[in-house]
Parts: sequence; structure tokens; C-alpha cells
Amino acid sequence: MRLYWPSEQGSAASSSCKRTKEECRLAFDLIERTRVQRDRRNLMALLLPGLLWLLLFFALPLLIILLYSFIVSGPRGNLIWQATVGNYTDLFTRAIYLNAYLRSIWISLLTTLICLLLGYPLALFIVRQPPHVRTLLLFLVLIPFWTNFLVRIYAWQIILANNGLINSSLRALGFAPIQLLNTEGATLIGLVYGDLPFMVLPLYAAIDRFDFTLMEAAADLGASRRQAFLRVMVPLTMPGIVAGSVLVFIPTLGQFVVSELLGGAKVDYLGNLIQRLFLRSNPPNWPLGSAMAIVMMLLLLAFILWYFRISREEDR
Amino acid sequence: MSDTPAIELRDVIKRFGETPAVDRVSLQIGDGEFFSLLGPSGCGKTTTLRMIAGFEYPSSGEMLIHGRSMATIPPHRRPVNTVFQSYALFPHMSVEQNVAFGLQMQRLPKQEIAPRVSEALELVRLGHLAQRRPNQLSGGQQQRVALARALVNQPEVLLLDEPLGALDQKLRKEMQLELKSLQHRVGITFIFVTHDQEEALTMSDRIAVMNQGKVLQVGSPTEIYERPTCRFVADFIGETNFIDGEVVESDGGYSSIVTPDGLRLRGLAPRTLPAGSAATLSIRPEKLRLTTLEQAGPEQVAALPVSVELVSYIGSDTRITVRLNEQRTLDVWEQNRRSTLDRNAYWQPGEQALLFCPPDNALVLAE
Repeated sequence: MRLYWPSEQGSAASSSCKRTKEECRLAFDLIERTRVQRDRRNLMALLLPGLLWLLLFFALPLLIILLYSFIVSGPRGNLIWQATVGNYTDLFTRAIYLNAYLRSIWISLLTTLICLLLGYPLALFIVRQPPHVRTLLLFLVLIPFWTNFLVRIYAWQIILANNGLINSSLRALGFAPIQLLNTEGATLIGLVYGDLPFMVLPLYAAIDRFDFTLMEAAADLGASRRQAFLRVMVPLTMPGIVAGSVLVFIPTLGQFVVSELLGGAKVDYLGNLIQRLFLRSNPPNWPLGSAMAIVMMLLLLAFILWYFRISREEDR
Repeated sequence: MSDTPAIELRDVIKRFGETPAVDRVSLQIGDGEFFSLLGPSGCGKTTTLRMIAGFEYPSSGEMLIHGRSMATIPPHRRPVNTVFQSYALFPHMSVEQNVAFGLQMQRLPKQEIAPRVSEALELVRLGHLAQRRPNQLSGGQQQRVALARALVNQPEVLLLDEPLGALDQKLRKEMQLELKSLQHRVGITFIFVTHDQEEALTMSDRIAVMNQGKVLQVGSPTEIYERPTCRFVADFIGETNFIDGEVVESDGGYSSIVTPDGLRLRGLAPRTLPAGSAATLSIRPEKLRLTTLEQAGPEQVAALPVSVELVSYIGSDTRITVRLNEQRTLDVWEQNRRSTLDRNAYWQPGEQALLFCPPDNALVLAE
């Protein structure tokens, strides 16, 4: 019979304990390592479909457009694989293209500004309502999306036409009818109409987060309502203003449906020109259309970067 | 200027819908006074403050600042500044810009603004944090920025809406003293809204106790505590024992009441009460005296035999609940003036004792 002193017993126990601890640690490491590996594998598996999608339907078409913009268009619209910058020099030297750029930028800025001027008070009004009214009003803002955009633009044709809603009312009241449809004004109306929800929603989100006690604080410190609005409310709701403006400006710059259906395709905007160069002109000119699209994208990129910069400075 | 009060309210009523939030309030607040509006939440104290600031307009009645009617003056043209409960600092501006805001609105030249801003920040000891954003500051620091932002405009009256409510206990105590000393230094009238009676007692020159839109009593902290004029004030400020009964005798500023269980007690009566009317005797626990049966001298009047029921030792005081009869217990607080571990020096539950209710320490209040 062996007698263990408590200390011996203790050390024996602790050494066996140590061994198992060591084993435990190794086993744990192994599990941990496989877990990390499995996590990484899962992450790749989850990302892959999205990555493939982006590659196939975003990066690849963009690359093709970029490629096309640097080759020559043949006499029957065929592609001649010959490197050139001729498309770009065309864009920057011929008045028709330059004007289209300027006109598109101008009408997009105007649309954005009008949406902002209409959308801000509207969003502010909605925020100030009791909760159930608020939900209802937001719902009303979103309702137009239930109908196809094209259909809604046709509806505007009916409203603006020479024998449409407005002009027949004017005539009934004894006024002379005015030319509304097929003017640049009609295009602007259509654009503002279509884009207003995109301005209102981000503005609503930003104003909803605004603490209106700050307006009282500003008034308390001697600011008139105008000063309080400009110095406190505008900077603090700037994220909404930026998001709304970007959401309105981007699609407007490339649009072609509204100017065709309401503006009567009388003047060329970027979107109309690009669409025509690809699909309608005889012969079609894909390389030139591609160059136009590329320049438009660069313009947008520059605009957005600039806008983010100034709005962040405003915030500071 | 010294004769016209800094703030005067004449019969001011403010209704939100049907119910009046502020009901016929008349107040005169003197120049350089530290004046508190004290009451439970929903008593109309904040609404009163907001009317002085100009965020609300009275439904009827008049509001004057240094004798000038404020009926048509918007908040940004009033000579008052507010420290908001939530501080309402502008999060997109630095501490310095926050403090400069009011001066910029006055269109002061830049070279005048800068020194005044740094002076105001020094006043609240925040000069070193001038470039920080509000969200980089602690609650106490934000509170001091809010104070500097208001004081830099040198208002005729400073309004404070529960400014210490969001601070923890220790910081609160510090800020109370700091605010009080600040008020002495700048000499501006402070109107301080709070629901914390201890805070109001500590800081104020005068207090208006409000409940349900009405001002119940206006007076110095001592007056409010020692001579409440109604049951609500006695109950809201500090602790007290109420004994309901019927007036049996009134003479020379004192009234006696008899309770249904047969106690007869005497106390000061602020108003003469006709015999037969219902009244309440209010006596604060620290103003009752408890003695052992042996200590009782022959000259003591109105000694009530009681048994000690509960004893709580809370360090500075011992709080004792004594039972008079089946239905009635009263609270008695004794200061522990002597340091001892001797159990006999303290009351024990079950002990028999005599309770004295000195008429000069008790108040008889009408219902």
C-alpha cells in the first residue's frame, strides 16, 4: 500500500491535470483553426454570387462601353476595331454634343433645386404631424410608385395637352389656352414630379432626427427664424439634403423618357442623344454613344465628390 | 430700475386645449434675485418659464420684463436667456462657436466677440475645452457650456429649466453651489425651475411652490419650510406628520384641534379658523420631542404616552416611528448629537415613552 503525502498527491494530480490541459489547448486550437477556416470559406461562399453578379452585369458592361468608346464606327454602323480618341474629340468640339451636356446639367440642377425647395417644406411638414398622420402622409408620398412611371408620364400628357385638363379649364374660364405640352417647361414639370419622392424621403429621415429644441435655443440666443434655420437646421439636416440631391441629380442627368414624352423631343438632352446614337440613328454609332456615356459618368462622379466635399465643409 | 421688478406676471393663464396648464399666476421677481419655481411634474412650472422665454404666449394675463410688456415680443428679441434641461447645445459647432452664437446674432464685431467668449468660458472653467464638440464633453461640462452660452449675452434674466436634472448626485451638489456663487458674481436675476425641494431650498432667495397650474405659496426657503400655508406645501417640502381633526378653539394666533381618536393638540394658525371647521395639524418629525417616562418634568404639558415601534438608525439621525393608539403612528427624528455605542443611548422598539408636541412647532392648516 502506498501512502501519498498530500503534497505528492497534489503534484501528481496537478501534473495529470497539466497534461489534460495541454491536450485541451491543442484540441481547442484545432477547433478554433477549423472554425476560422470554415468562417472564411463561408464568407467566400456567401460573397461569391454577389461578386459574380457585379462582375457580369456591372463591371463587364462598363468595360465594354469603355472599350467601344475608343474604337471607330463603320459607315453602316459596324464596329471597326481600330484604336482612336476621335469620339472624344467629337464630343468636345461639336456644338450639338456640348450643348446637350450643358442643357442636361442645367435642367438636372434646376430639377434638383426645385425638388429641394418643394421637398424640404413638405418633409418638415410631415415630421411635425402627429405619428398617425405622419404615416399616412409618407404613404401618400410613396403611392405614385405603385404605378409604372411611363403611365404616369402619359397622364401628365393628358393634363398638359392643348385640349387637356389645364387648357380646357382655361378655355372654360374664358382665357386663351397656352402651349404646355412639348415645351421644356413640361419636361421640367415631369422631372420634378417624378423625382420629388426621392428628395422627400431622405429629407424626412434627416429632419425626423433633428432636435427642435435647438431651434428654441437659437431663438433664445437672438436668432430670427431665418437665421436659426440657416445656421442650425440646414447644417444639421445636411445629410438628408445631400442624399436627396444626389438621388435626384443622378437619374435626371441621363433621363430621356420625360423629355421625349413631355418635351416633345424638341431639344437634345444627354439621355436622348445617347439613346439615339445606339438605337435610332441611321447608321447607329455605338462608339460615339459609349464615349458620351463615359463622359457623363465621369461628370456625375466629379459632381458627387464635389458635393460631398462642400456639404461636409458646411457641417464643419 | 430697482423699483420695477425684473419679471412680473399678472393673472397669467395658459391653456392647452381645455385644461389650464398655468392658472392665474401672479408673480413679482426682483432684480438680482435667485427665484425658484418648485413643484411636481406637470404643475406648470416649465410652462411658466417658457412663457417668460417667449416660446409660449399666455392665453390671457400680462407678462412684463423690467416693466416692458412682452405680449408681442418674440423670443429672439427678449432680454432673457435660457439654460435648457437637455442643454440644447448645437452639436455641429465647437464649444467656442456655441458660446459665440448669441453674440454673432447681435452682430457684434469679431474682435469684441472673441474676448467675451473666452471670458465666459473662463467663468465656467472650460477655457481649455473651447475647441471640443459638445458630444466630446461630459454631462457636467455640457451643462457649463450651456451656462456660458447663456451668460455671455449678459441677459437681464437667466432662465434655468431643471438644468441639474441629468447630473449624478455628487455633481449635482457641486453644481448647486457653483450656480449659487456664479449668480452672486454676475448679479443677474436667476429663475430656476426644479422639482427637487432640497435643491430649491439650498439655492433660492425665494421659492414659488406650484401645483396644478397654481402658485400656492411664495416665500423664502425658511418661510416655505417653517410656515407652509397649506397642506400641499407642507407635504411637498420635506417630511411632516399630518393629524386631521376639528377646530375646537382659536385664540391669539393658535388653534386647538380634536381628532376622532380623542387627541387634543395645539398649534400656530396662520389664519384664524372658526371652531367646528375641519383642519389639519402639521408637525415635522424633527420638531417632535420624545422622552423616557422618568425624564418627564411636571411642567410639560400635552405629553402623549406612546410606544416605540420602529427605529431606523441612519447615521446623522435616528428615525423613530411611535404608536399612539390602534390607528395612529407618528414619525419622530432625533439628531445623534453624542457619539456612543451604548445601546441604551438609543431607542429600542417596544419601549414606552412620552411624546411632546410643542404648539410653537406645529401648524394648524385649513383643508
